[in-house]
Amino acid sequence: MLNRPAPFPDENRLEATEIECLRGFQSLFRSLSLAVEAGVGLQVRGANGSGKTSLLRILCGLALAESGSVFWNGLDIRKSAAEYRAQISYLGHRPALKGELTPRENLDVLGALHGRRPDGRRIDEILEAVGIKRRHERPSRTLSAGQQQRTALARVMLSDAPLWILDEPATALDDPGIGTLRTALRGHLDRGGLVIFTSHQPLLDTGELREIRLPGTHD
Amino acid sequence: MTDHDQASSAQSLWSGFLSLLRRDLRIALRERNDLVQPVLFFVVVVSLFPLSVAPDRQLLQDAGPGIIWVSALLATLLALDSMFRPDYEDGSLEQLALSPQPLSLLVLAKAAAHWLASAVPLIVVSPLLAMLMQLPGNATGVLALSLVLGTPALSLIGAVGVGLTVGIRRNGVLLSLLVLPLYVPALIFGAGAVQSVMISQDPTPHLLLLAAFSLFTLAVCPLAAAAAIRISLN
Repeated sequence: MLNRPAPFPDENRLEATEIECLRGFQSLFRSLSLAVEAGVGLQVRGANGSGKTSLLRILCGLALAESGSVFWNGLDIRKSAAEYRAQISYLGHRPALKGELTPRENLDVLGALHGRRPDGRRIDEILEAVGIKRRHERPSRTLSAGQQQRTALARVMLSDAPLWILDEPATALDDPGIGTLRTALRGHLDRGGLVIFTSHQPLLDTGELREIRLPGTHD
Repeated sequence: MTDHDQASSAQSLWSGFLSLLRRDLRIALRERNDLVQPVLFFVVVVSLFPLSVAPDRQLLQDAGPGIIWVSALLATLLALDSMFRPDYEDGSLEQLALSPQPLSLLVLAKAAAHWLASAVPLIVVSPLLAMLMQLPGNATGVLALSLVLGTPALSLIGAVGVGLTVGIRRNGVLLSLLVLPLYVPALIFGAGAVQSVMISQDPTPHLLLLAAFSLFTLAVCPLAAAAAIRISLN
């Protein structure tokens, strides 16, 4: 079992106002506003190509919106970029693992990049919690897509960031894997964390879930 | 910020830098192709010259420093794309860009790892190539020293080029066109140092200029490469 970590501050809040996103010359969405507070999960819905990934990349500061701003606790994320980056953990389409390294080595480096070098025991605990056992200590490229996704999820859990931004986190996971993901999400929200995610699967109960639907969708 | 906070933030910068450097070196050691290919290329290209021109000692000696330096540029270029492309393709580059640590520092770690894995082997084999080109003994040491001082600039300038082109598929020619003109000062001072020792002149001015060029790229290129990567990811 994982030790119960300290709760996050209640006042954490992510807000986006009047976001417009272009792909080429075509507007994917405009005047999009959203807000997420501590303990709330926001599911971004929309058909393929409606700009879900683009929105998540704008929210974590990887991409710039055509217009509009994103605020973390009232501060524009462009003005306090390094501080904001310390508050988020992003899971993109690709698991961001180096195929030559074992899951453990991957987490060790990614943890160090996110602040401080993680404690080896904590890496073991989290890998165990997502179902990557010691016998999987081999180069990540030999793991299945589902196991790689579990390792990527372990990286998010290890980061200790209050805001999780997850792009299709259930991709390639089997039923027990999705169960682990749900437990991790619920644990994070209980701790006062924030989650913004895209998924075609129900991952949270309606009580703790908000939805935003991108335009031009038949989802 | 208290002294303690400052100390721990400096420590975390250092630990991020070292972790990334160690990671890239570990990958290079496990994926030996990246380690071996540039140095083999270097050796093969240089050894083509004695075979293709007349085995005239004077001719080889005159052209030797230039040929070895040009081959070193091309060998570095060959390995350049692997600095960021695998990271771009597997999503690691996004994670670097999202790290709270300054991206320029992480770029510097990657350029340092690239230099250790691809340029150091070139420096190690350079005495062999000097022999092949019939360079005199005193030129061999200056050649190795000029490569030590000059190749960091090649990796650092390369980082900017790869950062700009990493989002473009089949970027090989574009990368060469972008980077090779910027390599010219290193080529001139590097080959110049070896040539000057061969005509019994002091190579120090060339070597100092070469070192100054590398220091200049050390100051400028990590920042430029970090900006280039952010643009490529956007």
